[in-house]
Amino acid sequence: MAQPLPAARRPKRMTPARWGLYAFIFIAALYFLLPLYVMVVTSLKPMAEIRQGNLLALPAAPSIDAWVKAWTSACTGLTCQGIKIGFLNSLRILVPSVVISILIGSLTGYALSLWRVRGGNILFGAMMVVAFIPYQVFIYPLVRVFSFTGLGQSLLTIVIIHTIFGLPTMTLLFRNYFASLPVELFKAARVDGAGFYQIYARIMMPMATPMIVVAVILQTTGIWNDFILGLVFAGRDNLPMTVQLNNIVNSTQGERAYNVDMAATLLTALLPLVVYFGSGRWFVRGIAAGAVKG
Amino acid sequence: MRLSLNSRLSAISALLPALLVMLVVYIGATSWTVWMSLTNSRMLPNNNFVGLRQYAMLFNNDRWITSVHNIVIYGVLLVSLALLIGFLLAVAIDQRVRAEDTIRSIFLYPYSMSFVVTGLVWQWLLNPTLGIQHVLRSWGFEGATFDWIVRPETAIYCLVIAGVWQASGLVMAIMLAGLRGIDDEIWKAARVDGLPKWRVYVSIIIPMMGASFATAAVLLSTAVVRLYDLSVAMTNGGPGIASEVPAKFVMDHLFERANIGLATAAATTMLITVIAVVAPYLYWRARRGEVR
Repeated sequence: MAQPLPAARRPKRMTPARWGLYAFIFIAALYFLLPLYVMVVTSLKPMAEIRQGNLLALPAAPSIDAWVKAWTSACTGLTCQGIKIGFLNSLRILVPSVVISILIGSLTGYALSLWRVRGGNILFGAMMVVAFIPYQVFIYPLVRVFSFTGLGQSLLTIVIIHTIFGLPTMTLLFRNYFASLPVELFKAARVDGAGFYQIYARIMMPMATPMIVVAVILQTTGIWNDFILGLVFAGRDNLPMTVQLNNIVNSTQGERAYNVDMAATLLTALLPLVVYFGSGRWFVRGIAAGAVKG
Repeated sequence: MRLSLNSRLSAISALLPALLVMLVVYIGATSWTVWMSLTNSRMLPNNNFVGLRQYAMLFNNDRWITSVHNIVIYGVLLVSLALLIGFLLAVAIDQRVRAEDTIRSIFLYPYSMSFVVTGLVWQWLLNPTLGIQHVLRSWGFEGATFDWIVRPETAIYCLVIAGVWQASGLVMAIMLAGLRGIDDEIWKAARVDGLPKWRVYVSIIIPMMGASFATAAVLLSTAVVRLYDLSVAMTNGGPGIASEVPAKFVMDHLFERANIGLATAAATTMLITVIAVVAPYLYWRARRGEVR
Protein backbone atom coordinates (compact mmCIF):
# COMPACT_ATOMS: atom_id res chain seq x y z
CA MET A 1 0.00 0.00 0.00
CA ALA A 2 0.92 3.68 0.41
CA GLN A 3 2.99 4.57 -2.61
CA PRO A 4 5.36 7.49 -2.04
CA LEU A 5 3.78 10.40 -3.89
CA PRO A 6 5.51 12.99 -5.99
CA ALA A 7 5.88 16.16 -3.97
CA ALA A 8 4.38 18.21 -6.79
CA ARG A 9 0.97 16.74 -6.04
CA ARG A 10 0.89 18.18 -2.57
CA PRO A 11 -0.96 21.51 -2.56
CA LYS A 12 1.48 24.32 -1.89
CA ARG A 13 -0.79 27.00 -0.51
CA MET A 14 -2.39 26.57 2.91
CA THR A 15 -6.09 27.07 2.22
CA PRO A 16 -8.63 27.16 5.10
CA ALA A 17 -9.54 23.60 4.18
CA ARG A 18 -5.92 22.55 4.62
CA TRP A 19 -5.80 24.26 8.01
CA GLY A 20 -8.92 22.36 9.01
CA LEU A 21 -7.39 19.12 7.82
CA TYR A 22 -4.21 19.63 9.82
CA ALA A 23 -6.23 20.70 12.86
CA PHE A 24 -8.22 17.45 12.66
CA ILE A 25 -5.06 15.37 12.34
CA PHE A 26 -3.43 17.25 15.21
CA ILE A 27 -6.37 16.70 17.57
CA ALA A 28 -6.61 13.05 16.59
CA ALA A 29 -2.88 12.63 17.18
CA LEU A 30 -3.26 14.13 20.67
CA TYR A 31 -5.96 11.57 21.52
CA PHE A 32 -3.78 8.71 20.34
CA LEU A 33 -0.62 9.96 22.03
CA LEU A 34 -2.16 11.07 25.34
CA PRO A 35 -2.04 7.66 27.07
CA LEU A 36 1.55 7.01 26.08
CA TYR A 37 2.60 10.46 27.25
CA VAL A 38 0.81 10.07 30.57
CA MET A 39 2.41 6.66 31.13
CA VAL A 40 5.91 7.96 30.44
CA VAL A 41 5.71 11.12 32.59
CA THR A 42 3.95 9.39 35.47
CA SER A 43 6.48 6.57 35.55
CA LEU A 44 9.21 9.19 36.04
CA LYS A 45 7.53 11.01 38.95
CA PRO A 46 7.76 10.24 42.67
CA MET A 47 4.44 9.41 44.37
CA ALA A 48 4.21 12.77 46.20
CA GLU A 49 4.29 14.59 42.91
CA ILE A 50 1.63 12.32 41.44
CA ARG A 51 -0.71 12.84 44.40
CA GLN A 52 -0.61 16.63 44.29
CA GLY A 53 0.32 17.35 40.75
CA ASN A 54 -1.26 17.35 37.36
CA LEU A 55 -1.44 14.19 35.30
CA LEU A 56 -0.16 16.06 32.25
CA ALA A 57 2.65 17.99 33.93
CA LEU A 58 6.22 17.04 33.20
CA PRO A 59 8.06 15.48 36.15
CA ALA A 60 9.73 18.15 38.34
CA ALA A 61 12.49 15.79 39.38
CA PRO A 62 12.55 12.86 36.96
CA SER A 63 13.80 9.58 38.38
CA ILE A 64 13.89 6.00 37.16
CA ASP A 65 13.29 4.56 40.64
CA ALA A 66 9.82 3.40 39.66
CA TRP A 67 11.22 1.55 36.65
CA VAL A 68 13.78 -0.23 38.80
CA LYS A 69 11.11 -1.15 41.33
CA ALA A 70 8.70 -2.35 38.64
CA TRP A 71 11.38 -4.53 37.11
CA THR A 72 12.88 -6.00 40.28
CA SER A 73 10.57 -5.82 43.28
CA ALA A 74 6.92 -5.09 42.46
CA CYS A 75 4.52 -7.64 43.94
CA THR A 76 2.70 -9.89 41.49
CA GLY A 77 0.23 -11.53 43.83
CA LEU A 78 2.24 -13.81 46.11
CA THR A 79 5.81 -12.95 45.24
CA CYS A 80 7.59 -9.61 45.02
CA GLN A 81 10.25 -10.10 42.41
CA GLY A 82 9.01 -7.60 39.89
CA ILE A 83 7.76 -7.84 36.35
CA LYS A 84 11.02 -9.36 35.14
CA ILE A 85 9.70 -12.82 36.06
CA GLY A 86 6.77 -12.27 33.74
CA PHE A 87 9.06 -10.90 31.06
CA LEU A 88 11.20 -14.03 31.15
CA ASN A 89 8.11 -16.25 31.20
CA SER A 90 6.68 -14.44 28.20
CA LEU A 91 9.96 -14.94 26.33
CA ARG A 92 10.05 -18.63 27.19
CA ILE A 93 6.49 -18.99 25.91
CA LEU A 94 7.03 -16.76 22.89
CA VAL A 95 10.06 -18.27 21.21
CA PRO A 96 8.99 -21.92 20.90
CA SER A 97 5.38 -20.94 20.18
CA VAL A 98 6.35 -18.69 17.29
CA VAL A 99 8.78 -21.20 15.78
CA ILE A 100 6.51 -24.22 16.06
CA SER A 101 3.32 -22.49 14.96
CA ILE A 102 5.05 -21.10 11.86
CA LEU A 103 6.58 -24.49 11.03
CA ILE A 104 3.29 -26.35 11.25
CA GLY A 105 1.26 -23.56 9.69
CA SER A 106 3.58 -23.19 6.71
CA LEU A 107 3.67 -26.95 6.14
CA THR A 108 -0.13 -27.11 6.26
CA GLY A 109 -0.47 -24.13 3.93
CA TYR A 110 2.06 -25.68 1.54
CA ALA A 111 0.25 -29.03 1.46
CA LEU A 112 -3.10 -27.32 0.92
CA SER A 113 -1.94 -24.96 -1.83
CA LEU A 114 0.29 -26.99 -4.12
CA TRP A 115 -0.79 -30.55 -3.51
CA ARG A 116 -4.24 -31.69 -4.34
CA VAL A 117 -5.22 -33.61 -1.28
CA ARG A 118 -8.73 -34.96 -1.16
CA GLY A 119 -10.82 -33.02 1.30
CA GLY A 120 -8.19 -30.28 1.49
CA ASN A 121 -10.67 -27.55 0.66
CA ILE A 122 -13.09 -28.71 3.32
CA LEU A 123 -10.31 -28.73 5.91
CA PHE A 124 -9.25 -25.25 4.85
CA GLY A 125 -12.78 -23.85 4.84
CA ALA A 126 -13.43 -25.27 8.30
CA MET A 127 -10.23 -23.68 9.61
CA MET A 128 -11.31 -20.30 8.33
CA VAL A 129 -14.56 -20.60 10.25
CA VAL A 130 -12.98 -21.69 13.54
CA ALA A 131 -10.49 -18.82 13.37
CA PHE A 132 -13.35 -16.54 14.39
CA ILE A 133 -14.75 -18.59 17.26
CA PRO A 134 -14.09 -17.18 20.74
CA TYR A 135 -11.69 -19.16 22.93
CA GLN A 136 -14.37 -19.58 25.58
CA VAL A 137 -15.98 -22.26 23.42
CA PHE A 138 -12.87 -24.47 23.53
CA ILE A 139 -11.29 -23.63 26.83
CA TYR A 140 -12.93 -25.99 29.30
CA PRO A 141 -12.66 -29.19 27.21
CA LEU A 142 -9.00 -28.34 26.54
CA VAL A 143 -8.33 -27.85 30.26
CA ARG A 144 -9.82 -31.30 30.90
CA VAL A 145 -7.86 -32.93 28.06
CA PHE A 146 -4.57 -31.46 29.23
CA SER A 147 -5.14 -32.45 32.83
CA PHE A 148 -6.08 -35.95 31.64
CA THR A 149 -2.87 -36.29 29.63
CA GLY A 150 -0.86 -35.25 32.70
CA LEU A 151 0.55 -32.11 31.05
CA GLY A 152 -1.77 -29.93 33.08
CA GLN A 153 -0.73 -26.31 33.16
CA SER A 154 2.84 -26.06 31.93
CA LEU A 155 5.16 -24.41 29.47
CA LEU A 156 4.60 -27.24 27.01
CA THR A 157 0.84 -26.88 27.33
CA ILE A 158 0.81 -23.17 26.60
CA VAL A 159 3.14 -23.67 23.61
CA ILE A 160 0.82 -26.34 22.21
CA ILE A 161 -2.16 -24.06 22.82
CA HIS A 162 -0.59 -21.14 20.98
CA THR A 163 0.32 -23.46 18.11
CA ILE A 164 -3.25 -24.75 17.92
CA PHE A 165 -4.84 -21.32 17.92
CA GLY A 166 -2.24 -19.89 15.54
CA LEU A 167 -2.77 -22.67 13.01
CA PRO A 168 -5.72 -21.21 11.03
CA THR A 169 -4.08 -17.82 10.46
CA MET A 170 -0.67 -19.26 9.70
CA THR A 171 -2.21 -21.75 7.27
CA LEU A 172 -4.13 -19.00 5.50
CA LEU A 173 -1.05 -16.81 5.27
CA PHE A 174 1.19 -19.45 3.73
CA ARG A 175 -1.47 -21.10 1.61
CA ASN A 176 -2.30 -17.85 -0.14
CA TYR A 177 1.37 -17.02 -0.56
CA PHE A 178 2.32 -20.38 -2.05
CA ALA A 179 -0.73 -20.29 -4.31
CA SER A 180 0.49 -16.94 -5.69
CA LEU A 181 3.90 -18.31 -6.74
CA PRO A 182 4.33 -19.42 -10.38
CA VAL A 183 3.26 -23.04 -10.58
CA GLU A 184 6.03 -23.80 -13.12
CA LEU A 185 8.51 -23.58 -10.29
CA PHE A 186 6.75 -26.34 -8.47
CA LYS A 187 6.32 -28.44 -11.63
CA ALA A 188 9.98 -28.13 -12.55
CA ALA A 189 11.01 -29.33 -9.11
CA ARG A 190 8.62 -32.27 -9.47
CA VAL A 191 10.07 -33.17 -12.87
CA ASP A 192 13.55 -33.09 -11.37
CA GLY A 193 12.35 -35.71 -8.95
CA ALA A 194 12.14 -33.67 -5.76
CA GLY A 195 9.77 -35.07 -3.18
CA PHE A 196 7.16 -33.39 -0.98
CA TYR A 197 9.41 -32.38 1.89
CA GLN A 198 12.39 -31.59 -0.36
CA ILE A 199 10.36 -29.02 -2.30
CA TYR A 200 9.10 -27.56 0.99
CA ALA A 201 12.50 -27.23 2.61
CA ARG A 202 14.70 -26.36 -0.36
CA ILE A 203 12.43 -24.28 -2.57
CA MET A 204 9.26 -23.09 -0.93
CA MET A 205 10.45 -21.99 2.51
CA PRO A 206 13.47 -20.05 1.15
CA MET A 207 11.09 -18.32 -1.27
CA ALA A 208 8.63 -17.58 1.51
CA THR A 209 10.98 -15.31 3.49
CA PRO A 210 8.69 -12.24 3.19
CA MET A 211 5.76 -14.27 4.50
CA ILE A 212 7.88 -15.70 7.30
CA VAL A 213 8.70 -12.16 8.40
CA VAL A 214 5.01 -11.24 8.39
CA ALA A 215 4.15 -14.43 10.27
CA VAL A 216 6.82 -13.77 12.92
CA ILE A 217 5.48 -10.23 13.49
CA LEU A 218 1.90 -11.42 13.66
CA GLN A 219 2.60 -14.31 16.02
CA THR A 220 5.05 -12.37 18.19
CA THR A 221 2.66 -9.52 18.90
CA GLY A 222 -0.32 -11.86 19.21
CA ILE A 223 1.33 -14.28 21.63
CA TRP A 224 3.03 -11.55 23.69
CA ASN A 225 -0.27 -9.71 24.07
CA ASP A 226 -2.27 -12.82 24.97
CA PHE A 227 -3.86 -12.81 28.39
CA ILE A 228 -6.59 -15.41 28.59
CA LEU A 229 -4.66 -18.42 27.25
CA GLY A 230 -1.68 -17.71 29.48
CA LEU A 231 -3.96 -17.29 32.46
CA VAL A 232 -5.65 -20.64 31.92
CA PHE A 233 -2.93 -22.88 30.46
CA ALA A 234 0.51 -21.62 31.50
CA GLY A 235 0.36 -22.50 35.19
CA ARG A 236 1.42 -20.42 38.17
CA ASP A 237 5.15 -20.70 37.47
CA ASN A 238 4.91 -19.61 33.85
CA LEU A 239 2.39 -16.80 33.90
CA PRO A 240 3.08 -14.41 31.03
CA MET A 241 3.84 -10.74 31.54
CA THR A 242 0.31 -9.55 30.74
CA VAL A 243 -1.16 -11.66 33.55
CA GLN A 244 1.49 -10.59 36.06
CA LEU A 245 1.01 -6.97 35.11
CA ASN A 246 -2.70 -7.23 35.78
CA ASN A 247 -1.89 -8.86 39.14
CA ILE A 248 0.54 -6.08 40.06
CA VAL A 249 -1.91 -3.33 39.22
CA ASN A 250 -5.28 -4.73 40.14
CA SER A 251 -4.58 -6.66 43.31
CA THR A 252 -2.37 -4.26 45.23
CA GLN A 253 -3.40 -3.53 48.79
CA GLY A 254 -3.27 -0.04 50.20
CA GLU A 255 -2.19 2.96 48.23
CA ARG A 256 -1.40 2.27 44.64
CA ALA A 257 2.04 3.12 43.39
CA TYR A 258 0.99 4.67 40.12
CA ASN A 259 4.53 5.36 38.99
CA VAL A 260 5.53 1.72 39.47
CA ASP A 261 2.31 0.53 37.83
CA MET A 262 2.91 2.68 34.79
CA ALA A 263 6.55 1.67 34.49
CA ALA A 264 5.45 -1.98 34.61
CA THR A 265 2.82 -1.30 31.96
CA LEU A 266 5.35 0.38 29.69
CA LEU A 267 7.74 -2.53 30.16
CA THR A 268 4.95 -4.91 29.11
CA ALA A 269 4.15 -2.83 26.04
CA LEU A 270 7.79 -2.46 25.09
CA LEU A 271 8.27 -5.54 22.95
CA PRO A 272 5.16 -5.05 20.78
CA LEU A 273 6.05 -1.38 20.39
CA VAL A 274 9.60 -2.24 19.33
CA VAL A 275 8.25 -4.80 16.86
CA TYR A 276 5.74 -2.27 15.58
CA PHE A 277 8.09 0.65 15.11
CA GLY A 278 10.92 -1.60 13.95
CA SER A 279 8.96 -3.42 11.29
CA GLY A 280 7.06 -0.48 9.79
CA ARG A 281 4.94 -1.55 6.86
CA TRP A 282 5.55 -5.21 7.54
CA PHE A 283 3.28 -4.85 10.55
CA VAL A 284 0.48 -3.49 8.36
CA ARG A 285 0.99 -6.37 5.93
CA GLY A 286 0.83 -8.70 8.88
CA ILE A 287 -2.46 -7.43 10.22
CA ALA A 288 -3.90 -7.29 6.71
CA ALA A 289 -2.84 -10.89 6.13
CA GLY A 290 -4.01 -11.99 9.54
CA ALA A 291 -7.19 -10.02 9.06
CA VAL A 292 -9.25 -13.15 9.02
CA LYS A 293 -8.40 -13.93 12.63
CA GLY A 294 -9.44 -10.72 14.33
CA MET B 1 -0.77 -33.59 -11.99
CA ARG B 2 -1.08 -37.16 -10.77
CA LEU B 3 0.60 -37.78 -7.51
CA SER B 4 2.65 -40.84 -6.74
CA LEU B 5 1.66 -42.88 -3.72
CA ASN B 6 4.78 -41.65 -1.98
CA SER B 7 4.03 -37.95 -2.34
CA ARG B 8 0.41 -38.53 -1.51
CA LEU B 9 1.47 -40.11 1.77
CA SER B 10 3.86 -37.22 2.41
CA ALA B 11 1.14 -34.68 1.81
CA ILE B 12 -1.20 -36.52 4.13
CA SER B 13 1.48 -36.76 6.82
CA ALA B 14 1.99 -32.99 6.56
CA LEU B 15 -1.71 -32.39 7.01
CA LEU B 16 -2.01 -34.78 9.93
CA PRO B 17 -1.41 -32.18 12.66
CA ALA B 18 -3.96 -29.81 11.13
CA LEU B 19 -6.47 -32.62 10.70
CA LEU B 20 -5.95 -33.75 14.27
CA VAL B 21 -6.33 -30.21 15.61
CA MET B 22 -9.47 -29.74 13.57
CA LEU B 23 -11.10 -32.98 14.71
CA VAL B 24 -9.93 -33.19 18.31
CA VAL B 25 -9.67 -29.55 19.33
CA TYR B 26 -12.04 -27.56 17.24
CA ILE B 27 -14.81 -30.03 16.45
CA GLY B 28 -14.28 -32.22 19.51
CA ALA B 29 -14.09 -29.39 22.04
CA THR B 30 -16.98 -27.53 20.48
CA SER B 31 -19.21 -30.61 20.55
CA TRP B 32 -18.25 -31.28 24.15
CA THR B 33 -19.02 -27.71 25.13
CA VAL B 34 -22.40 -27.87 23.40
CA TRP B 35 -23.12 -31.23 25.05
CA MET B 36 -22.19 -29.94 28.53
CA SER B 37 -24.57 -27.04 28.02
CA LEU B 38 -27.39 -29.59 27.81
CA THR B 39 -26.47 -31.22 31.14
CA ASN B 40 -26.73 -30.06 34.73
CA SER B 41 -22.93 -30.05 35.24
CA ARG B 42 -21.84 -28.00 38.22
CA MET B 43 -18.25 -28.29 39.44
CA LEU B 44 -17.41 -31.25 37.23
CA PRO B 45 -18.97 -32.24 33.92
CA ASN B 46 -21.66 -34.92 34.12
CA ASN B 47 -23.97 -36.49 31.58
CA ASN B 48 -27.37 -35.78 33.13
CA PHE B 49 -29.25 -34.50 30.14
CA VAL B 50 -31.59 -31.65 31.06
CA GLY B 51 -32.44 -30.28 27.63
CA LEU B 52 -32.44 -26.53 27.31
CA ARG B 53 -32.87 -25.84 31.01
CA GLN B 54 -29.44 -24.16 31.30
CA TYR B 55 -30.40 -21.79 28.51
CA ALA B 56 -33.63 -20.91 30.27
CA MET B 57 -31.65 -20.22 33.45
CA LEU B 58 -29.09 -18.27 31.49
CA PHE B 59 -31.62 -15.87 30.08
CA ASN B 60 -33.12 -15.42 33.54
CA ASN B 61 -29.73 -14.59 35.00
CA ASP B 62 -29.27 -10.87 35.74
CA ARG B 63 -25.56 -11.02 35.30
CA TRP B 64 -25.92 -12.59 31.85
CA ILE B 65 -28.59 -10.10 30.80
CA THR B 66 -26.30 -7.27 31.91
CA SER B 67 -23.45 -8.88 29.96
CA VAL B 68 -25.51 -9.14 26.78
CA HIS B 69 -26.83 -5.63 27.24
CA ASN B 70 -23.25 -4.37 27.65
CA ILE B 71 -21.85 -6.22 24.68
CA VAL B 72 -24.60 -4.81 22.46
CA ILE B 73 -23.84 -1.25 23.61
CA TYR B 74 -20.11 -1.83 23.31
CA GLY B 75 -20.43 -3.56 19.94
CA VAL B 76 -22.68 -1.03 18.26
CA LEU B 77 -20.66 1.93 19.52
CA LEU B 78 -17.24 0.40 18.96
CA VAL B 79 -17.96 -0.76 15.42
CA SER B 80 -19.63 2.47 14.32
CA LEU B 81 -17.14 4.80 16.05
CA ALA B 82 -14.06 2.87 14.95
CA LEU B 83 -15.36 2.70 11.37
CA LEU B 84 -16.15 6.41 11.37
CA ILE B 85 -12.93 7.58 13.01
CA GLY B 86 -10.79 5.10 11.07
CA PHE B 87 -12.33 6.19 7.79
CA LEU B 88 -11.94 9.90 8.56
CA LEU B 89 -8.31 9.37 9.55
CA ALA B 90 -7.64 7.46 6.34
CA VAL B 91 -9.29 10.19 4.25
CA ALA B 92 -7.25 12.85 6.07
CA ILE B 93 -4.00 10.99 5.50
CA ASP B 94 -4.94 10.43 1.86
CA GLN B 95 -4.89 14.21 1.22
CA ARG B 96 -1.12 14.16 0.60
CA VAL B 97 -0.33 15.47 4.06
CA ARG B 98 3.14 16.12 5.37
CA ALA B 99 4.90 13.54 7.55
CA GLU B 100 2.43 10.91 6.44
CA ASP B 101 4.46 8.00 7.80
CA THR B 102 4.75 9.54 11.26
CA ILE B 103 1.05 10.38 11.45
CA ARG B 104 0.09 6.89 10.37
CA SER B 105 2.38 5.36 12.97
CA ILE B 106 0.78 7.48 15.69
CA PHE B 107 -2.72 6.33 14.78
CA LEU B 108 -1.83 2.67 14.53
CA TYR B 109 0.56 2.09 17.44
CA PRO B 110 -2.18 1.36 20.02
CA TYR B 111 -3.19 -1.66 17.97
CA SER B 112 0.18 -3.28 18.69
CA MET B 113 -0.45 -3.12 22.43
CA SER B 114 -2.39 -5.66 24.45
CA PHE B 115 -5.88 -5.13 25.82
CA VAL B 116 -4.43 -5.45 29.32
CA VAL B 117 -2.12 -2.50 28.73
CA THR B 118 -4.89 -0.55 26.99
CA GLY B 119 -7.29 -1.24 29.83
CA LEU B 120 -4.85 -0.20 32.55
CA VAL B 121 -3.82 3.00 30.80
CA TRP B 122 -7.38 4.14 30.31
CA GLN B 123 -8.29 3.09 33.84
CA TRP B 124 -5.81 5.71 35.06
CA LEU B 125 -6.82 8.40 32.62
CA LEU B 126 -10.48 8.02 33.52
CA ASN B 127 -9.87 7.71 37.25
CA PRO B 128 -11.69 10.76 38.72
CA THR B 129 -9.22 11.55 41.50
CA LEU B 130 -6.09 11.57 39.34
CA GLY B 131 -7.11 11.49 35.71
CA ILE B 132 -8.80 13.73 33.20
CA GLN B 133 -11.40 15.05 35.66
CA HIS B 134 -8.62 16.11 38.04
CA VAL B 135 -6.76 17.85 35.20
CA LEU B 136 -9.87 19.74 34.08
CA ARG B 137 -10.52 20.90 37.65
CA SER B 138 -6.92 22.01 38.13
CA TRP B 139 -7.27 24.06 34.96
CA GLY B 140 -10.05 25.99 36.65
CA PHE B 141 -13.11 24.07 35.47
CA GLU B 142 -14.13 23.46 39.09
CA GLY B 143 -17.39 21.79 38.22
CA ALA B 144 -15.95 19.48 35.56
CA THR B 145 -17.14 15.94 36.08
CA PHE B 146 -15.82 12.96 34.17
CA ASP B 147 -16.38 10.02 36.48
CA TRP B 148 -17.95 7.55 34.06
CA ILE B 149 -15.71 4.71 35.20
CA VAL B 150 -17.02 4.71 38.76
CA ARG B 151 -20.69 5.05 37.81
CA PRO B 152 -22.53 1.82 37.00
CA GLU B 153 -24.65 3.25 34.23
CA THR B 154 -21.69 4.68 32.31
CA ALA B 155 -18.80 2.28 33.01
CA ILE B 156 -19.36 0.39 29.75
CA TYR B 157 -18.80 3.60 27.77
CA CYS B 158 -15.33 3.80 29.26
CA LEU B 159 -14.58 0.43 27.68
CA VAL B 160 -15.79 1.90 24.38
CA ILE B 161 -13.37 4.85 24.69
CA ALA B 162 -10.44 2.51 25.27
CA GLY B 163 -11.57 0.06 22.58
CA VAL B 164 -11.92 2.81 19.98
CA TRP B 165 -8.47 4.11 20.91
CA GLN B 166 -7.01 0.65 20.37
CA ALA B 167 -8.86 -0.32 17.18
CA SER B 168 -9.32 2.83 15.07
CA GLY B 169 -5.80 2.61 13.68
CA LEU B 170 -6.54 -0.85 12.32
CA VAL B 171 -9.58 0.50 10.48
CA MET B 172 -7.46 3.37 9.21
CA ALA B 173 -4.90 0.94 7.77
CA ILE B 174 -7.60 -1.12 6.03
CA MET B 175 -9.35 1.98 4.69
CA LEU B 176 -6.13 3.61 3.52
CA ALA B 177 -5.31 0.49 1.52
CA GLY B 178 -8.81 0.68 0.03
CA LEU B 179 -8.51 4.38 -0.82
CA ARG B 180 -5.12 3.91 -2.42
CA GLY B 181 -6.57 1.08 -4.49
CA ILE B 182 -9.09 3.40 -6.14
CA ASP B 183 -8.24 4.35 -9.69
CA ASP B 184 -7.08 7.96 -10.14
CA GLU B 185 -9.26 8.19 -13.25
CA ILE B 186 -12.31 8.32 -11.00
CA TRP B 187 -10.95 11.40 -9.25
CA LYS B 188 -10.14 13.03 -12.58
CA ALA B 189 -13.59 12.32 -13.95
CA ALA B 190 -15.22 13.72 -10.83
CA ARG B 191 -13.10 16.88 -11.09
CA VAL B 192 -14.13 17.30 -14.74
CA ASP B 193 -17.76 17.02 -13.67
CA GLY B 194 -17.10 19.67 -11.05
CA LEU B 195 -18.20 17.58 -8.08
CA PRO B 196 -17.07 18.86 -4.67
CA LYS B 197 -14.67 16.53 -2.89
CA TRP B 198 -17.01 15.50 -0.10
CA ARG B 199 -19.66 14.58 -2.66
CA VAL B 200 -17.18 12.29 -4.44
CA TYR B 201 -16.44 10.54 -1.14
CA VAL B 202 -20.08 10.12 -0.19
CA SER B 203 -21.51 9.15 -3.58
CA ILE B 204 -18.64 7.34 -5.28
CA ILE B 205 -15.75 6.38 -3.03
CA ILE B 206 -17.64 4.99 -0.02
CA PRO B 207 -19.90 2.77 -2.17
CA MET B 208 -16.77 1.50 -3.96
CA MET B 209 -15.14 0.59 -0.67
CA GLY B 210 -17.72 -1.96 0.38
CA ALA B 211 -15.10 -4.69 0.74
CA SER B 212 -12.91 -2.59 3.05
CA PHE B 213 -15.88 -1.67 5.22
CA ALA B 214 -17.05 -5.27 5.37
CA THR B 215 -13.60 -6.57 6.33
CA ALA B 216 -13.17 -3.94 9.02
CA ALA B 217 -16.68 -4.46 10.37
CA VAL B 218 -16.31 -8.24 10.62
CA LEU B 219 -12.88 -7.91 12.25
CA LEU B 220 -14.23 -5.47 14.80
CA SER B 221 -17.33 -7.51 15.56
CA THR B 222 -15.43 -10.72 16.17
CA ALA B 223 -13.16 -8.78 18.51
CA VAL B 224 -16.29 -7.48 20.24
CA VAL B 225 -17.55 -10.98 20.99
CA ARG B 226 -14.11 -11.92 22.38
CA LEU B 227 -14.00 -8.86 24.62
CA TYR B 228 -12.53 -10.07 27.91
CA ASP B 229 -9.08 -8.70 28.78
CA LEU B 230 -10.22 -5.11 28.53
CA SER B 231 -13.06 -5.61 30.98
CA VAL B 232 -10.83 -7.51 33.41
CA ALA B 233 -7.98 -4.99 33.30
CA MET B 234 -10.04 -1.83 33.22
CA THR B 235 -12.95 -2.36 35.59
CA ASN B 236 -12.93 -6.07 36.46
CA GLY B 237 -16.57 -6.09 35.43
CA GLY B 238 -17.46 -3.37 37.90
CA PRO B 239 -18.62 -1.29 39.57
CA GLY B 240 -20.69 -4.21 40.80
CA ILE B 241 -21.57 -6.11 37.65
CA ALA B 242 -21.99 -2.96 35.57
CA SER B 243 -19.36 -3.72 32.94
CA GLU B 244 -19.62 -7.51 32.78
CA VAL B 245 -19.33 -9.04 29.30
CA PRO B 246 -20.30 -12.50 27.98
CA ALA B 247 -16.74 -13.82 27.64
CA LYS B 248 -16.09 -12.89 31.26
CA PHE B 249 -19.36 -14.46 32.35
CA VAL B 250 -18.19 -17.75 30.81
CA MET B 251 -14.74 -17.59 32.42
CA ASP B 252 -16.08 -16.70 35.86
CA HIS B 253 -18.67 -19.46 35.84
CA LEU B 254 -16.20 -22.05 34.56
CA PHE B 255 -13.35 -21.39 36.96
CA GLU B 256 -14.65 -19.51 39.97
CA ARG B 257 -18.34 -20.14 40.33
CA ALA B 258 -18.20 -23.84 39.34
CA ASN B 259 -21.28 -23.77 37.18
CA ILE B 260 -20.11 -25.52 34.05
CA GLY B 261 -23.56 -26.14 32.63
CA LEU B 262 -24.46 -22.48 32.74
CA ALA B 263 -21.02 -21.39 31.49
CA THR B 264 -21.11 -23.73 28.50
CA ALA B 265 -24.65 -22.62 27.66
CA ALA B 266 -23.31 -19.06 27.57
CA ALA B 267 -20.32 -20.15 25.47
CA THR B 268 -22.64 -21.94 23.05
CA THR B 269 -24.75 -18.82 22.73
CA MET B 270 -21.58 -16.88 21.86
CA LEU B 271 -20.67 -19.54 19.31
CA ILE B 272 -24.04 -19.34 17.57
CA THR B 273 -23.83 -15.55 17.45
CA VAL B 274 -20.36 -15.60 15.89
CA ILE B 275 -21.30 -18.20 13.29
CA ALA B 276 -24.39 -16.19 12.37
CA VAL B 277 -22.15 -13.19 11.64
CA VAL B 278 -19.17 -14.93 10.11
CA ALA B 279 -20.73 -17.62 7.90
CA PRO B 280 -22.47 -15.20 5.50
CA TYR B 281 -19.31 -13.08 5.38
CA LEU B 282 -17.04 -16.02 4.54
CA TYR B 283 -19.57 -17.24 1.97
CA TRP B 284 -19.63 -13.80 0.40
CA ARG B 285 -15.82 -13.67 0.29
CA ALA B 286 -15.62 -17.14 -1.17
CA ARG B 287 -18.10 -16.16 -3.89
CA ARG B 288 -15.91 -13.19 -4.73
CA GLY B 289 -12.99 -15.58 -4.99
CA GLU B 290 -10.93 -14.20 -2.13
CA VAL B 291 -10.86 -17.36 -0.09
CA ARG B 292 -10.76 -20.24 -2.48
